[in-house]
Amino acid sequence: MGMLTATRPRKVTAEGTAVTLTWRAKLRRDWPLLVMNLPMLLIVVAFWWVPALGNVIAFQDYNPYTGGITGSPIIGFTNFALLFQDPQFLRAIANTLSITAFQLVFYFPVPIMLALLLNSIISARLRAFVQGVVYMPFFFSWVLVIAIFQQMFGGAGLLAQILRENGHQGVDWMTNSDTFILLITSQTIWKDAGWGAIIFLAALSTIDPNLYEAAAVDGARRWRRMWHITLPGLRPVIVLLLILRLGDALNVGFEQFMLQRSAVGSQASEVFDTFVYWSGMRTGDLGYGAAAGLFKGLVGLLLILAANRVAHALGERGVYSRS
Amino acid sequence: MSVLTSRPRGGRLAPWEERPSPVGQLGKGTLITLIVVAVLGPLYVIVLTSLSSAATVNRVGGLVLVPDGITFEAYRQIFSDTVVSRAVLVSTGVTVVGTLISAGVSILGAYSLSRPGSFLHRPLLFSILLMFVFFPGIIPVYLMVSGLGLKDTYWSLILPTAVSAFNVVVLRSFFMNIPGEILDSARIDGAGEFRILWRIVLPMSKAVTAVVAMFYAVGYWNAWFNAMLYIDDTRKWPLALILRQYVVDSNPLPSATAGVTGDAPPTLAIKMAIVVIAVIPALIIYPFVQRHFTKGVIVGAIKG
Repeated sequence: MGMLTATRPRKVTAEGTAVTLTWRAKLRRDWPLLVMNLPMLLIVVAFWWVPALGNVIAFQDYNPYTGGITGSPIIGFTNFALLFQDPQFLRAIANTLSITAFQLVFYFPVPIMLALLLNSIISARLRAFVQGVVYMPFFFSWVLVIAIFQQMFGGAGLLAQILRENGHQGVDWMTNSDTFILLITSQTIWKDAGWGAIIFLAALSTIDPNLYEAAAVDGARRWRRMWHITLPGLRPVIVLLLILRLGDALNVGFEQFMLQRSAVGSQASEVFDTFVYWSGMRTGDLGYGAAAGLFKGLVGLLLILAANRVAHALGERGVYSRS
Repeated sequence: MSVLTSRPRGGRLAPWEERPSPVGQLGKGTLITLIVVAVLGPLYVIVLTSLSSAATVNRVGGLVLVPDGITFEAYRQIFSDTVVSRAVLVSTGVTVVGTLISAGVSILGAYSLSRPGSFLHRPLLFSILLMFVFFPGIIPVYLMVSGLGLKDTYWSLILPTAVSAFNVVVLRSFFMNIPGEILDSARIDGAGEFRILWRIVLPMSKAVTAVVAMFYAVGYWNAWFNAMLYIDDTRKWPLALILRQYVVDSNPLPSATAGVTGDAPPTLAIKMAIVVIAVIPALIIYPFVQRHFTKGVIVGAIKG
């Protein structure tokens, strides 16, 4: 995950002398870079910095009509206190965490196994074809994936249609809240597992083929080579992605749940992000919703920082590294 | 694609490798077939149903598995009506304009951050990296968008998601891997930063630029929630909202004019045709960019 590396030490070139320049001289030299940065900076300020600071409404009895952000009364941590008395909020936390845990067991290993399978295909053509096919659903929107699942497993879907033709009762998995966690996990596998395999394939490609040959010469059969060479070769990536996933435990997806909330009901489908939306936008209590959003953002921040600490402690690079 | 495996080119067994057992090979073949069918099967059924006549759909009582005459009637109906055609135009426009803006802004921004030690380098980089670890929340962003008067404008579908920190960092790490000597010699020859970016850096980064542009384009085409949040005017709805309203929820479309959008429930063929229209752009650009995935972004990312 070097792509997320903050800064990377660079070969010393002409810039090596830059350290000694005054800021005026630097500005005179680098102003074109600042001009290039400006459009991005404007967007980030408008849609990240200002909203991030706008979270003060979480501490207000916010009313957009009478007070706005400057005139609404400050009520301290009342909104946060109310959150923890709200059964729906607690349900959202419980659902989010159980979905994360469930998918850690039933989704996380799938891309790894898929990568091993793809890697074991001998014909280069067939492998390229299968790769092309399994990556594809990653580029479909959630609306589309859900529409497709509905056509397959919904009350009027293909499965129900086939069952009825053969004299059985139809099924409707799209509205069943008991099996919702299975439904969303299979949707996630269908959409993302292929794409998720790429990173493991890349890791597999870095394993020295001579290791396999040497092991084979020494009499190690297929499964022993997998156990003693392939899996240890994948270990750093697996550990890293596992840690990152834990750091991201509060994010289980948003549109996937928003889109299916009305079909299965909020009991099963309420997660952190949908709670923020429904409690804030739908009930109109924006300060309360913002408090839920801010709580999630801050806990998420702590989790990511902690996960990164663990990654560093294990000798991995983590999401970011200090330059 | 062969970059991505530990196998030699040409797809042969290595000399030391044992022949796979027939049972193992059969099992693997079955598994691969199942996986391919799981992805392509639904697409096949959906495309076929969208190309079937209402009579065929009625006869089989739902989705069509076996072709029985191909007709473009569903598509003709969709495009003879303004609602879906307009949504396709809106989605296309937002995707094209959004991708141009996002790619342009990100390339300029990533290049401006690719030189450690330059003026304000650290704080500017930090402001991008913060986006990875903290999301300000749906509600403050919503208030900002409506505060700027962007509600019910197409800009609300573009600007809030115009900069993806991930894409900027991917571009930046590629730009940083370009040997400094090349840039320095251009600088000595009197080239300014814009010229260096346009003439030297971009031509050397075609693959990563293509992949990043595609990520942005796919994001804009697929986006549903922002439109749901910001666009109340049904005439400005992108395709994703139509898909939700009409295909997933089976609600009649708003501002009914004729044909598809009457009060009659949507027919299955028309629903499936809308699904196909929503998939097509991804399927068209996908093969062009696919070969870059492995060489371009991901491998560079993991090998660091």
